[in-house]
Amino acid sequence: MTATATQPSSDEQKAGAVPTFTVTLKVQRYNPEVDEAPHFETYEVTAHATDRVLDALHQIKWEQDGSLTFRRSCAHGVCGSDAMRINGKNRLACKTLIKDVNPDKPITVEPIKGLPLEKDLVVDMEPFFDAYREIQPFLITNGHEPTRERIQSQADRDRFDDTTKCILCAACTTSCPVFWNDGQYFGPAAIVNAHRFIFDSRDDGGSQRLEILNDKEGVWRCRTTFNCTDACPRGIQVTKAIQEVKRALLTSRF
Amino acid sequence: MTATTDQTATAATSAKLSPYKRFTPTRGNFELWSWVFMRASGILLLVLVFGHLFVNLMLGEGIHAIDFAFVAGKWSSPFWQVWDMLMLWLGMLHGFNGVRTIINDYTEREGTRWVLKTLLVVATVFTIVLGTLVIFTFDPCIDPNSTLSVCTK
Repeated sequence: MTATATQPSSDEQKAGAVPTFTVTLKVQRYNPEVDEAPHFETYEVTAHATDRVLDALHQIKWEQDGSLTFRRSCAHGVCGSDAMRINGKNRLACKTLIKDVNPDKPITVEPIKGLPLEKDLVVDMEPFFDAYREIQPFLITNGHEPTRERIQSQADRDRFDDTTKCILCAACTTSCPVFWNDGQYFGPAAIVNAHRFIFDSRDDGGSQRLEILNDKEGVWRCRTTFNCTDACPRGIQVTKAIQEVKRALLTSRF
Repeated sequence: MTATTDQTATAATSAKLSPYKRFTPTRGNFELWSWVFMRASGILLLVLVFGHLFVNLMLGEGIHAIDFAFVAGKWSSPFWQVWDMLMLWLGMLHGFNGVRTIINDYTEREGTRWVLKTLLVVATVFTIVLGTLVIFTFDPCIDPNSTLSVCTK
């Protein structure tokens, strides 16, 4: 282990141990009962090379300042609770290694933008979920219910595979400049989840979902800035999905 | 306990007045056609503008040929009248729609939006009407001392 060899050999340093380093975190704090406006507070944390930003936040909350508030549930990139703006980019704190976001400089941690701030890193997700509900994110079928499962070919399944990966973390919607402006836009996440059903061969509600998104605040507000695709922690081609919905709307007209 | 019920009550009222709610019906084909128009007019404008530049600046004597007589000569033909009118209308409407989109994207209050869009509509209509009027009421002999061949007959 060359990494440990470069470390000064202290008594507790065991052979093969992961090297540690000190990192500074600039975290946006806001307590609505005390503060008039959000402000930044700086914390120093001793982190391992294997630590994620979430681990650093845990260290702050558990060892330095218990009042720090943030959401996290599974802590392994599946539940989508801990989307936040880390060094100006929307990411999941549990999927971002500290060593990957330049620990030589202070790491800025802010709540995601464009949704009402509640406390520290917690925002009100309700407007985001309202848009999600509007696109009817459930299977809609016509005719008789089959006695067996609804069979689908591999090709048909692959058609919408990308958009099934969404975990509703809101990283895409809150990275979108059009959404930041007035919050009226449906947002990339709602369109991605509509895409998941529009292009599902088992679903019959495609045309009604397309009509929902054929809105002044629907797909036509997308300016293809690709912020959403960059932000998605699941690697979904979000902008591509939005363009496919636009194309489906156009081909349904021409 | 009272504190929590108070908080849920305020949360409920703020949700009703949420700025995220879309109140007026916003569904419709307008933005779809506007999107299609931007693509179609963009392609047409490429042809019209570069055709215009090529004919005016490169054909014949090129840039040195441009004077009052050159414009008068072009506008004596219905072909160039229609060409220039199409360029004017499509250019203005394409620009109008683009700026309308920018206003929608960057203004936060309905009031500001309304004022800016009104100014935009007035400017667009004024330019289109004035430009169309000039193309079709153009008089090459407006100068009584004109030496143009059409005027000396």
